[in-house]
Amino acid sequence: MPKKVIMKGNEAVALAMRQINPNVVAAYPITPQTEIVQIFSSFVSDELVDTEFVTVESEHSAMSASIGASAAGARAMTATSANGLAFMWEVIYIAASLRLPIVMAVVNRALSGPINIHCDHSDSMGARDSGWIQIYSENAQEAYDNMIQGIRIAEHEDLKLPVMVTMDGFIISHAMENLMVLEDDKVEDFIGEYKPQYPLLDIENPVTYGPLDLYDFYFEHKRQQAEAMRIAGRIIKNVADDYEKLSGRSYGLVEPYYLEDAKVALVVLGSTAGTAKACVDELRLEGKKVGLLKIRVFRPFPYDEIIEALKGLKVVAIMDRSDSFSSFGGPVFNEVRSAILSLERPPITLSYIYGLGGRDVNLKDILGLYHDLEEIVFSGEPGEVLRYLGVRES
Amino acid sequence: MKLRGNSWRDVTPGGLIPWPGNSRQYETGDWRTRRPIWHKDRCIQCYRCWVYCPDSAITIKDSKVAGIDYDHCKGCGICAAECPDKVVALEMIGEEEAIQSVEGFKEAKSDKEEKGEKPNA
Repeated sequence: MPKKVIMKGNEAVALAMRQINPNVVAAYPITPQTEIVQIFSSFVSDELVDTEFVTVESEHSAMSASIGASAAGARAMTATSANGLAFMWEVIYIAASLRLPIVMAVVNRALSGPINIHCDHSDSMGARDSGWIQIYSENAQEAYDNMIQGIRIAEHEDLKLPVMVTMDGFIISHAMENLMVLEDDKVEDFIGEYKPQYPLLDIENPVTYGPLDLYDFYFEHKRQQAEAMRIAGRIIKNVADDYEKLSGRSYGLVEPYYLEDAKVALVVLGSTAGTAKACVDELRLEGKKVGLLKIRVFRPFPYDEIIEALKGLKVVAIMDRSDSFSSFGGPVFNEVRSAILSLERPPITLSYIYGLGGRDVNLKDILGLYHDLEEIVFSGEPGEVLRYLGVRES
Repeated sequence: MKLRGNSWRDVTPGGLIPWPGNSRQYETGDWRTRRPIWHKDRCIQCYRCWVYCPDSAITIKDSKVAGIDYDHCKGCGICAAECPDKVVALEMIGEEEAIQSVEGFKEAKSDKEEKGEKPNA
């Protein structure tokens, strides 16, 4: 029987990793991810896993060791946050281009500077073009579920792409939540045995990883990598369907919430989706036609689902928990806006930058935001496109 | 496995190479902009060119210098520089010139024919 437990997000992710029982974990501690590594290392000491745990001297080494292990034929996992992810920069691109199915938990934290340890999405958003699949979690339950599905997605024979599973630092990673966890053997069956395609340890069939690849073939290899990402959405949905049969919990690339008859909506990733859902519930009781679109999978970008979900809306506020400093809104804004421009009558779109460096976003903020959107529907005046929610203006 | 073709659909993931030793199939002679011409009549068989060639592109037959492997010679000119001043059995000419000149053509042709291949010059 699945078990109901009370856990912090970090504990839930570490538990998922124990149940996955990877061959290799190479990780370096960084707030707010530290607990994942700490808890997992105790699983190793207690012999609850068969994992070779590599205590590296940096995140660059953590990813490099994961790449080496994965190329050797191991199921390899790691976890990081913020500057740790930034320090992995060079090698995360290599993991993706070598098509190594590494699964990494990213506990979202603001990038320095000024130095800050709290949640925003500047770390994983910065890695959005690295070729990793990115799945954002709304709560500890989703973080747990996404880690397990992440293995199946990454290792799918048509993909072989690394997967980042994110959860908001402190808000999810350090908050206690009720969640349902699966039995160990069910997880083992679900993820199956890892069958690497070109393991370096298969000495009967030697292969060279990472040879120099100049203008004569680099482009073909990148095109092939892009194709894997293009078909990834379908595979992520298939894995979610299988997972629903096992867990009873349903997942898509996006999650529409009361959008069918909505006039205004938010587009949001991560834990703020939960806050916004509570606001939608409250406003719906008052008869307000408000809705929400949560983006679960940001890479590959689910443009078809987003276009479909935002069709017929009047005003959409696209929420970014990171700034792109383009002076034209955050990364989520730019991609969502670009996708829905293909609609015959696209809604008015506004970019809201919010919650940087862990700035709290509460029900009052989101209710106020919905109110502002309704005002725009009423007046027909969109006003400033780029807005900052919750920053001191005076 | 075998590479089916050169399209992005056919290449191996990440450019990995599952064919050990396939560098033998790589003809580095394509890189050449200058070509050494070997004059058999002037050669004193001192082997200096064979010793110094960084690409093992000086061919030896029956213990004698027999010519140049143009499939792998990158045209660095070390052989011509090392060939003794009084001998000058190796000289460098432009690749374009070599393709056009009868002598260069013959050199390339005979080298290919020995291997039963079509000359590319």
